[in-house]
Amino acid sequence: MKTLKYILIGLSLCVFCSSVKAEESQSPEETKSGVDVQEIVFGHIKDSYEWHITNWGDCEISVPLPIIVYSSQSGWHVFLSSRLSEHNHYKGFYIANAGAYEGKIVENIQGKEARPLDISITKTVLSLFINSLLLIIIILGVAKWYKKRKPEDFSPKGFVGLMEMLITMVNDDIIKSCIGKDYKKYAPYLLTVFFFIFLNNLMGLIPIFPGGGNVTGNIAITLVLACMTFLAVNIWGTKEYWKEVLWPDVPLWLKVPIPMMPVIELFGIFTKPFALTVRLFANIMAGHAIILALTCIIFITASFGTALNGSMSVVSVLFSVFMNSLELLVAFIQAYVFTMLSAVFISLSRVEGAHK
Amino acid sequence: MSLLNPDSGLIFWMLIAFGIVFFVLAKYGFPVIIGMVEKRKLYIDESLQAAREANEKLIHIKEESESILARAREEQANILKDAVETRQRIIDEAKDKALFEGRKLLEETRQRIQKEKDDAIRDIRKQVAELSVGIAEKILRQNLDNEQKQNGMIERLLDEVSDTKK
Repeated sequence: MKTLKYILIGLSLCVFCSSVKAEESQSPEETKSGVDVQEIVFGHIKDSYEWHITNWGDCEISVPLPIIVYSSQSGWHVFLSSRLSEHNHYKGFYIANAGAYEGKIVENIQGKEARPLDISITKTVLSLFINSLLLIIIILGVAKWYKKRKPEDFSPKGFVGLMEMLITMVNDDIIKSCIGKDYKKYAPYLLTVFFFIFLNNLMGLIPIFPGGGNVTGNIAITLVLACMTFLAVNIWGTKEYWKEVLWPDVPLWLKVPIPMMPVIELFGIFTKPFALTVRLFANIMAGHAIILALTCIIFITASFGTALNGSMSVVSVLFSVFMNSLELLVAFIQAYVFTMLSAVFISLSRVEGAHK
Repeated sequence: MSLLNPDSGLIFWMLIAFGIVFFVLAKYGFPVIIGMVEKRKLYIDESLQAAREANEKLIHIKEESESILARAREEQANILKDAVETRQRIIDEAKDKALFEGRKLLEETRQRIQKEKDDAIRDIRKQVAELSVGIAEKILRQNLDNEQKQNGMIERLLDEVSDTKK
């Protein structure tokens, strides 16, 4: 536990230091033209076609990402996002400035902005790939450690020990205790979900290039995760579960002329994944937004004079440290909560007629 | 607001990425780790059980050895006691035998001495008788070498006899 504490403290310090550095390096241009906090915050939270790292003087440093679009008129197109920078048009595609598709790639079809089929590798997709690869490397690395050893060998130390602690914690405290006897069938899925969310949350807290993507704070990601849980719940639901949904154990008048309870129960099936989606998305997005807004205090107060700016910078840094530490906690708690709720929903779908 | 509007491209990539991650980890990652952790747990439980059994066995062996030791000590005491008794008995027997033998020897000696003494006495008596007869003969011969003396003698003896008859 002590080691874990030091690791967490170290991590939070790293996160804090690099976050301040990264944001400060953006400052020169921002101070000149006034700070648009909303743009900074939403620019980070929302997806983008290139990975902006920093501005070095007037030179913008960013990683161009491949754009893959399918137009109903001209078919497939693959090109780098650098061709679209500074409102350039390329092969009829451009990034919309306003309207329903603001910030997205559109093409002009008969004078109207239309959205092509867009499977570009955006910033969030790239973060997702990096984090997924990292997760696979970490877990397979840990698994390799176990493959090389016999049960009689000593238990692991260091990083493998930490991972074992986390894995057994999730496996025993969440999955086993929530689902009960069938837990083995769901354990790989729930463990994957936990570590997927946890790693993406943590990587989101690292402000420089390989990290810093707002992956779990994007509703598409959490929606897919919640849909997976939805499938796991409803495909392997028992007969008893469907009976409780469609013909619950309530007075007859609640279900016969107007099927009130069945409708409510059916509605409940869909509110559960919705709650999962919004909870994770909103928590992580809000965390990113608050940290960015707090950092922006420094640049907002820059024009108010040195004394105010200096004191507000101290306040901002202190608050950022606090928020980053809090976000570390949130990163864990949200992964924990998502996994636990998924396990609880699965356990509800595994009910058997034992109570009768 | 586009924040709440899930992007289809992102959903597509998320499905692929999460699908691959899930497939790889569920097949090669977590089952290996959990299986090993559970095996190790089983092994530790078994080892604990074995250790407990060994401990019990050890206690049992200790008790047994103690009982064996106690029995051996008892036996030793018994043997010692027996030895002491045997020694005493042998000594007593030897003493008795020696006494008996000695007494027998003494008796025999005494008998022999008695016999010798008797023989000697008998011998002496015989010699004394012979001597006295010889002396008597000599005396008689001296005293009775003339007639007168022989008659006197006969007279006197007759007197004596008659005296004794009276």
